[in-house]
Order: sequence, then C-alpha cells, then structure tokens
Amino acid sequence: MIKNITKLSLILLFLSSNAFSESVFDEAKIFKNIRCLVCQGQSIADSNSEFAQTIKIVVRDQIKEGKNEKEIYDFLSNKFGEWIIYKPKFNYRNSILWLLPYLSLILGGILIYKFLRKRKN
Amino acid sequence: MKFKRIVFFTIVFFILVVFFFALKKSNIYNTKNLIGQKIEPFEIISFENNEIVTEKNLQENNFTLINFWASWCSPCRVEHPFLISLSKTKKVKLIGVNFKDKKRNAQNFLNTLGNPYDLIVTDNNGTYSIHFGIYGIPESILIDKELKILAKFIGPIDKDDYKKIFEIIKNDKKYN
Amino acid sequence: MLSNIGNIFFILNILVTISIIYFCYHSVRDKKYNLAKIVKLSILQSTFAIMTFATLIAAFIISDFSLITVYENSHSAKPLFYKISGAWGNHEGSLLLWISIMSIFSFLYLIINEKSNSNSLLITTVCQNFLILAFLFFSLINSNPFSKILPIPPDGLGLNPILQDPALAIHPPLLYIGFVGSSIYFSAALSSLITGYNNKNFAIQIKPWVKVTWFFQSLGIIVGSIWAYYELGWGGFWFWDPVENASLMPWFAMTALIHSLIILERRESLYSWVIILCLLTFILSVTGTFLVRSGILNSVHTFANDPSRGLYILVLLFLMVVISFAIFFTKTKKETYIFENFSKEVFILSNNWFMAFYLITVFIGTVYPIFTEVLLNNKISVGPPFYNLVIAPIIIPFLFFMALGPNSSWIKFKSFDKKKFVIVLFLSIIVNLAMIKFFGGLSTLSNLIIISSLFLIIYSILDFIFSAKEKKHLNISRAVSHLGFGLLMMFIIINHNFSFEKDANLKVGETEKFESYEITFSKLRLDKRENYNALIGDFIFKDRKSGIVRNLQPEIRIYNDPETLTYEASIRTNIFRDYYLTMSNIDRSDFYNIKFQNKPFMIWIWISAIIISLGGIQRLFIFKK
Repeated sequence: MIKNITKLSLILLFLSSNAFSESVFDEAKIFKNIRCLVCQGQSIADSNSEFAQTIKIVVRDQIKEGKNEKEIYDFLSNKFGEWIIYKPKFNYRNSILWLLPYLSLILGGILIYKFLRKRKN
Repeated sequence: MKFKRIVFFTIVFFILVVFFFALKKSNIYNTKNLIGQKIEPFEIISFENNEIVTEKNLQENNFTLINFWASWCSPCRVEHPFLISLSKTKKVKLIGVNFKDKKRNAQNFLNTLGNPYDLIVTDNNGTYSIHFGIYGIPESILIDKELKILAKFIGPIDKDDYKKIFEIIKNDKKYN
Repeated sequence: MLSNIGNIFFILNILVTISIIYFCYHSVRDKKYNLAKIVKLSILQSTFAIMTFATLIAAFIISDFSLITVYENSHSAKPLFYKISGAWGNHEGSLLLWISIMSIFSFLYLIINEKSNSNSLLITTVCQNFLILAFLFFSLINSNPFSKILPIPPDGLGLNPILQDPALAIHPPLLYIGFVGSSIYFSAALSSLITGYNNKNFAIQIKPWVKVTWFFQSLGIIVGSIWAYYELGWGGFWFWDPVENASLMPWFAMTALIHSLIILERRESLYSWVIILCLLTFILSVTGTFLVRSGILNSVHTFANDPSRGLYILVLLFLMVVISFAIFFTKTKKETYIFENFSKEVFILSNNWFMAFYLITVFIGTVYPIFTEVLLNNKISVGPPFYNLVIAPIIIPFLFFMALGPNSSWIKFKSFDKKKFVIVLFLSIIVNLAMIKFFGGLSTLSNLIIISSLFLIIYSILDFIFSAKEKKHLNISRAVSHLGFGLLMMFIIINHNFSFEKDANLKVGETEKFESYEITFSKLRLDKRENYNALIGDFIFKDRKSGIVRNLQPEIRIYNDPETLTYEASIRTNIFRDYYLTMSNIDRSDFYNIKFQNKPFMIWIWISAIIISLGGIQRLFIFKK
C-alpha cells in the first residue's frame, strides 16, 4: 500500500514539475536585474527616473533586435561597469562569492556527520 | 586548538582590514572603465539639418570633446561659460549631444547663452547617449583622433576639469 | 540650555557606569556580594540613560535648532508625532536609544536573576557595562546629539518625507530591542566562560532573553518590510538590500541559538557552540551597524554618514571580537559530541546547519562588493538574483527537516513513521497539483518549494491534532513558528510567481487595457495637507473577467520643507490579493507613468510572518503561569 502511494507520488511529482514548467523570456526579469545608477539601491524596474526610462527603451530595442539576455548584460556592463548588473557573473573573480555558500553547506554537513554515532548491529 | 585560533584570527583581521580600507574609498560612482575604450560606430542625425553624423565626424580634429546637454538641465547653464571659452581656444573640437530636448527650447538656450559647439546632434529619446555610457546630464567625454576615450567628466565641467582637459592635451605624446 | 542638560546626563551616566564596574569588581574580588547597591546603581543608570534620551526628544518637540541633530532632522512645521519619532530616526539620536536599551536590559537581567549565582551575575554586569561605556563614549565624543550650531538657524532642514510614516517610527525601537538586546547574552556568555558557570543553568537563564530579542527582531524586520512594501512604491517587500541583510544576519544567529539552547538545556551538550552563537549574535549586530552607518555600502535606506564614525565602530568591533574570542579560546574545553542518527539532537543541529548556510550566504553577498572594490578595484553588485538562486534550492530540504525534526525523540533513534511521511507527501503533491490547475504553471523549483512547504504545513497541523487527541505535551511555540514558516514560504512562492505587473503612460481621461484589466485615469486633483500638497489621481480599475470594479487613488506628495516628491501607492487589500497602483510624473510632459500590480495573497505573507514571530513569546506566557 505504502509502495503504491510512493509510486503514485513520484509520478505526480514528475507531472507537476515538468509538464507545466516554462521559461519565458520576459523583459521584466531583465529590468529587475539592472541597477538604476542614479537611484539609491533600486532596479530600473522599480524606478521612473530619466535614466531608468532610457535604459528600458534601450533594452526593449535590443530585445527587438534579437539580442539575448547575456548580450544585453554584456553591452550594459561594458558601458557602465559590472556594477549595473545585480547578478554577478560567474568568473574566477566572483568564484568565492558563488561557491563559498555551498562549500560551507558541505562542510557543515560533514561536521554533523562526524558527530553521528554509527548504529552497530 | 592552536591552529583553529590562528585561522580564526587571520580571517577576522583580514575582514576588518578590508573594511578599514573600504572606509577610505569614495562612494561616488564613476564609469572609469570606459577610459581607454574606443567609440563604436554610430549614426545620429544632426540638430540643424537632420544630416547623418557618424563616428567619422569625430575624427576631424586631434581632440574632440563630446558634451551631453539639454536646455532643461540647470547645471548645463553653469558649465556653459567653460564650454564657450574652450571653443575659443580652438584646441578641441566640440560636439554637443542634445539630450531629450525640445528643438525650440534648445535653440533658445543657444541663442541666449551662445553656441560653443562645432556640431550638434539630437538624441530624442536618450538612447544614443546610453551607447556612450552616459547616465546623467551633463556629462562630457574627451576623445582623440582614433576615437579612444581619454577622459570622462560627470556633472558640469568646472575649473579643475577645464584645466585637466588642457593637461591631457599637453601630455598626450601621440598628437604633440 | 537643553544641550547642557543632555551633556550633564551623559557625564552622570558615564560616572554611574564606571562605578557599577568598580563595585562589581570589588564584590567579585572580595567575595562579598552586595547586590542591593549594584541594583540601585543600575536603576540610576537606566534613569540617566532614559533622561538623556528624553532631553533629546524634548529638544525635538520644542524644535530647538541650536542642536545640530535637531536642525538636520526636523522642521518646525512637522507634525508632532514625526518630531518625536525624528529623535531616533537619525544616527546620533538612535545611539541614545541604543544606550537606553542596553542599560535597561542590564538592569532587568540583574533583578530577574537576583537569586542565581552572584559571581556569574556580577561578571555579566561588568561585561555589559563595559559595552555600555564604549557606546557612551562613542556617542559623547564622536556622535554627540547635543552638539550646538552657531548662529542658531531659523528653521530645520526637515525629515526625509519617506521616513514620516508610523511604521517607520516604531521600526527602529523594535529592531533595537532585538539586536541591541542581544548584548545581554553576549555578556552572559563571556561571564559563563570566565566563571565556568553551570551549563544547564546558563541555558535556562538566557533562554527567555534570546526568545524576547528574537521576537522583537522578527517583528522589527516584518514592520520594516511592510513599510517598504507600501511606502517605497515598487510593490516588493524584500530587496536583499544591505540594510535588510544587516538586520537578517543577527536574526539567523538568534534562530540558531534558540534551537541549540534546547540541546544545552536537555542534554548539557554543545556548550561551546552555544557560546559562539551568543557572541556571534551581538558581533553581527555591531557589524551590521558598521556596514549601514559607515556609508561603505550603497543602500535604499541611508543614514547620513562620515568615515570617522565608521572608524570608531570598526575599532569597537575589533576589540569586541578579539577580546571575546581570546577569552573563548583560553577558557573553552574540548567537548566530544556523539549523537544518534535521526535523534532530536541531530535534527536541531541540522537547523543550525541551515542557519549557518543562510547566514554565510547573506554575509558574503553583502560584503563581497566591498572586497572586490578594495582588493581588485572593481565595483560589482550582488542583488536579489544572487540570493534567490543560491538560497531557494536549499529551502526544500530545510522545510522537510523542519517537519520531521519535532517528531523525533531525544537520544535514541525512534523508528521512522514511513506511512505518515508518504501519505503527507502524497497529499502535498495533490494539493500542489490542484494549485497548478487553479493558478497556472510554475517552474520546477517553485513546485518543489510549494510541495515541501505544504508538507511542513500538514505535518504541523497533524501535530496539533494528535497532541490534542492523545493529550500529549505539545511545544506550542515550536509548532506555531514552524507552521508559520511553512505558510510564509508557500505564500511567498505563489506571490512571486503569480504577481502581475504592467506599466503605462497615461493622460487624464485615457484608458489602458491589458489582459482582462482596464484602468481609466478619470481625474487629477490637488489637496493641501498638513505639511505637504498631494496630487491625487483618481483611477477606476475594472477586471472584465470577474467584473470587479475598484477606485484607486495613488498620490504624488510634494513636501515643502525641503521640497521633495514622494509617491504614495494606492493599495486595495483583500484576503486573496492586493491591487497596487502607483503614479509618477514624467518630466516635461502631461503624461503620468502608472504602474499597476496584482499581488496574490499579500496579506497572508504578513500574517504568516507574524505567526512565526508569535512562537517566540507564546512560551513566555506559559512560563509566567
């Protein structure tokens, strides 16, 4: 009985995860990832400043030209520096940023594992 | 235990020393990464007669200053006298990029304060300026004949910036 | 005049603090414990601290612009309420609040634990008073709120209008009780190390303090994000902004502490780790204060800042870390931990494991830009996409552990209830499928988070039901907080995935249609209010699908002194969704930029967060009975 429910669960899980997942290329996501340089810690999606309005036009134009997300970010960080993009690139300089959280997670896991008494018998 | 202690205190010292040096850093953002880059090819229409202006128009002189301005921008009025005297020296070619402006207002602005520019182009929706790495008005970019960016001035040109322009021109080995 | 009174209170406070340290030291040395005298001095100390603060508040109320702090942060035309809240809305004034809380906590800790080990209690008081002294000197020398300005200006510069808000008036005091209050278990931990004070009693003694500070910290964070939601005008409530992160880091440490304290109390194990967490909580609070007030980070919320202030906090931080950990390393004894697989201890430890992960992620994300700038001269941004990407997947196992942990038992391995596990998982998946049917598709990650939060919710509810049926003891505070957390995660994910957002430029009289919605800009009017003028837009919102019609009135407020524009969102809340509309002017045109948002289950995010925090004080009520 338990086995059947487990099987059924797994099938349903598979259904719910895959059948409906979709990745939409949407401009809102890109806007949220671009810092409004003239504002205090806001993205251009959240700002109506002159700068934010102009960048939005540029991004929309570039989407129309068929540029992908990465090309748009590269264009902007080339002009305004990496600071304009909220999601830091994964490169050797930022490797500590991206990897340290997971390294600490693995290390913590090992530490706790060491405390466990293995059940004999 | 001793090893742990050393590791711990080293990390703490490292973090705090970095914090200490961070205190001394200026918090004003500048797009200094642009310096040394080259201006990419572009096509913009001119202010006076809607002719097409390209990067070739920036190569007519050894040094060119591209100034981004608008009639609605009050700091632009502050820097205007510097631009006028800069144009009188004839050492730099001045290109004005009229940013998100109404043509009539811009014309009035020039009529009352004088026109320092050798050439003016129009950027109606501000998108061309983004290609030059501009994020506020006024800003100015100094380039050489090969379209290499020598300096970028954020905010109105003041006395110090004015001197700096001449220093850069004087110290540039290629064109002297 | 008020400046002199304030400074006199300052000096008196410093003298009292020094004498408390002196008398405590003497009683410890001579082993003559005279608590009564020290209690009296502590009353005096708290009184002086409160009086200093009250003097500043008085200066704000009567608009005494001879004080720089009042001049810079107030204006005579401001409503009284915001004159008062302005007293702690700035750096100098907030330090007085900081000192008051530290003194009051010191006093309360003393009288509540009067009957416990005097030696340890006195050393706690000494440590706490050294901290108070450090902040008194900081405030008096570097950031004196009673500094004068000459000539006396006719009027003040005014308080930033977005700070003129009831939520933001109570936000700092709540948060300060949280992270400044954590200084008391920082001191208690040091004292426990020095005196070798009994493990179990130590745990029992600091537990209520950890819970109270945790409760206030949680509440402070919630109020802050509610404020950000309706005041900053872009419809989000958490931006992973440095200031928010600064309040979140001590919260993670406190949460870890609450859990590991249980092991110390029940099993007398994990002592060193608990001490580290006690020290870390306050150290992180001061680190956060440094990051926010030194101005080395760009943030939505800024304190006016200068580097000398940062330097002082940095030196203090350095001394705190070095001294406390030097004591820790010399006094701590090696412990060996052995826990059984799937025992309660292991589950509680796994909470600490996840908390450490979240803490490290937030810490590294917040300080990494500082490091790249100083070491590589390259400025980068670490924003929401980083945190969401790194943290979100790790929420899934965390939620499962949260559900299963409370059902395990101490020391031994209890056979794992597979049937319950599978049935609850099955139920969660079914509910999730129903949601997909109802709302539409989600990404794989979002689905998994929803399933695991449903798993936690169902497990917590079953805990309630079974304990009521079988009359078993139930740790209500735990069950409530865990349930709240499950709900919070679920609603955040739904809200995140199904928020609708659209902006448009409209003139008066125009109508904009998107999807099934229709927004008409019917009127624009001007309203004069107490210290600002409001430009109000009348909008009619229609949902053609459901036939809902709502009036929305976003405002642009023009504050006069100094002239500042703020944008006030119009929010219509019901139990299913918030309609959220903001309007902003476009320079040099008749158009207004409007941004419409439909945010499902917003109110439930607040409710779940409050449920979590209530778990913190639930236990105290029962404790009192």
